[in-house]
Amino acid sequence: MTPGNVGVLTPPLDPIEPDPRPARKRRSGAPGTWNHSTLNRGSALGLGIALTWFSLLVLIPLTALVITAAGGGWEAYIATLTNEQTLAAIRLTVGQAILVTCINVVMGTIIAWVLVRDSFWGKRGLDVVIDIPFALPTIVAGLVLLSLYGPNSPISVNWANTERAVMLALAFVTLPFVVRTVQPVLEEIEHDVEEAAASLGATRATILRRVIFPSLAPAIAAGAALSFARAISEYGSLVLLSGNLPFNTEVVSVRVLTFIEGGNTAAAASLASVMLAIALLVIVLLDIVQRRVARRG
Amino acid sequence: MNNPQRLKKLQLAIATLSTALVLGGCANTAGGADNADEGSSSTQLSVVAFSVMEAANEPVFEDFNATDAGADVTFQTSYGASGDQSRAIEGGLDASLAHFSLEPDMTRLVDSGQVAATWKDNATKGIATSSVVSFVVREGNPDNILTWDDLIKPGVEIITPNPASSGSAKWNILAAWGHIVGQGGSDEEATEFVKKFLENTIALPGSAREATTAFAEGNGDVLISYENEAILARAKGEPFDYVVPDDTLLIENPAAVIEGAPEEATALLEFLTSPEAQADYATFGFRPVVDGVELPEIEGANDPADPFPTPGTLLTIDGDFGGWAEANSRFFDEAEGIITTLQAETGKSE
Repeated sequence: MTPGNVGVLTPPLDPIEPDPRPARKRRSGAPGTWNHSTLNRGSALGLGIALTWFSLLVLIPLTALVITAAGGGWEAYIATLTNEQTLAAIRLTVGQAILVTCINVVMGTIIAWVLVRDSFWGKRGLDVVIDIPFALPTIVAGLVLLSLYGPNSPISVNWANTERAVMLALAFVTLPFVVRTVQPVLEEIEHDVEEAAASLGATRATILRRVIFPSLAPAIAAGAALSFARAISEYGSLVLLSGNLPFNTEVVSVRVLTFIEGGNTAAAASLASVMLAIALLVIVLLDIVQRRVARRG
Repeated sequence: MNNPQRLKKLQLAIATLSTALVLGGCANTAGGADNADEGSSSTQLSVVAFSVMEAANEPVFEDFNATDAGADVTFQTSYGASGDQSRAIEGGLDASLAHFSLEPDMTRLVDSGQVAATWKDNATKGIATSSVVSFVVREGNPDNILTWDDLIKPGVEIITPNPASSGSAKWNILAAWGHIVGQGGSDEEATEFVKKFLENTIALPGSAREATTAFAEGNGDVLISYENEAILARAKGEPFDYVVPDDTLLIENPAAVIEGAPEEATALLEFLTSPEAQADYATFGFRPVVDGVELPEIEGANDPADPFPTPGTLLTIDGDFGGWAEANSRFFDEAEGIITTLQAETGKSE
């Protein structure tokens, strides 16, 4: 990584590569201008509105969360987090969320590819159906999964009350993220670039690896970050399916609910703040990986 | 209307009126319903209750409207998990009458000054509805589960809501404990029994309703639930049977008027424990909390003509567990509660 490239908006190094960033990011400013203010009166107003809205919805509640978590003092914080049952819940939740995110990166990209590059009967229908996990109330999702993968499974797969049930539910609710972030980018990639690479003697595999994948990396990373963050916070689809067994299938959100039910809001906030930190860490890591992949190809 | 100026005036009037209405509405939620003396004769009562009451309250409210005291009352209702409802009122949800599945949710509001400390000083000691802990089994009771001891036999799969996340699930686990100590068993024996009970537990869904749903989807051999849930599920056509064990725990759901509520709320609270309302509740499977209730045929009960047979031993929270405050800290304390510890132990050993 050269010092000039640490900015948020760096131009692609390799002229053959198309701009690796999704279209929506490109609009935010010309390459290389990240350290100069481009605010005029209109956009200053826009920024003001955006920040106010963001503060009201996100920053202030998050600050309140951290303050509540700190309310119990360090000892309470540590005691909450070193509780074995809580640790088991964190391990399970983060582990399954990572697993599901990896699955989504592969499956989501494949689905997006199929939806963009191939044409087949029912494509439009599939394109619409992909969003169902977003639209379905999560408790209904849990019910559907339970009837399909529970004791009365028509396909004789009984995963109810096991770790696999947790994975299944998380995979279900996070499916659309990678698909929906990759799809528009894939649509914008121009065939010319691939043809140019091919005419220069690149094999199909090389084109995929050096041309297409680097362009998709930011979108895949964005989708992965969303899907990870969604997975570690999931509750609704799990309550019926996972069985909430301590040390086995109990996820963090159930733990948080337990603390709230017990009147221990400081403990609930402590645990929530840790999950927030984990989510941030993963999002930053994904961003770093994405930058490397996009640059090197 | 062809005069444009008149039209404008009308628009202005509508705008003013709607603004006044909106502001009035805001003032109302802040200060409680007080529009009774402004010429309008109806009073709105805001009833906040645990989810099971949603269907059961409908006929009760209708009957209340038919009484003199309740003739001009309209209802605004909110139903949800008991603990959530209690926290919502504590957090400022407008409420005239609260009805929870267990006492600690009411105690929270006593502590916050929203319910009078004397709320238990009435004929039913503050209790509006009651039921007993029961076993729900598959149709025909294929595993022949009749007693608590049958539950801890090897291979029996139990579903019970999670006592850590659902307050009302605590009834079930305390009933299991009470099975041993109620017969004069020691705490060690009770611990051993509950441990075996938890080892046989294959799922701890978030709430009683979710546990019923999970059971209906084919999970488990026996669901620990409440008699009213079992009767309601059967009335809805679920292929369940239920067993009221010979020794079980009385479930008592408290109700109280919130401070500052209109006086009709007190009348409603009194009405809830009248024989008429208790008969309405009984059709939804609740055991009457007062004597002299004429029970109708109760659809879904094992014997609709004699729906609520008296168990041999009926334990109560106050009589056998020293009240909720003591039971809560002894059994469910986050760090040292007996059940909390047992749950962790059985979870780890698996």
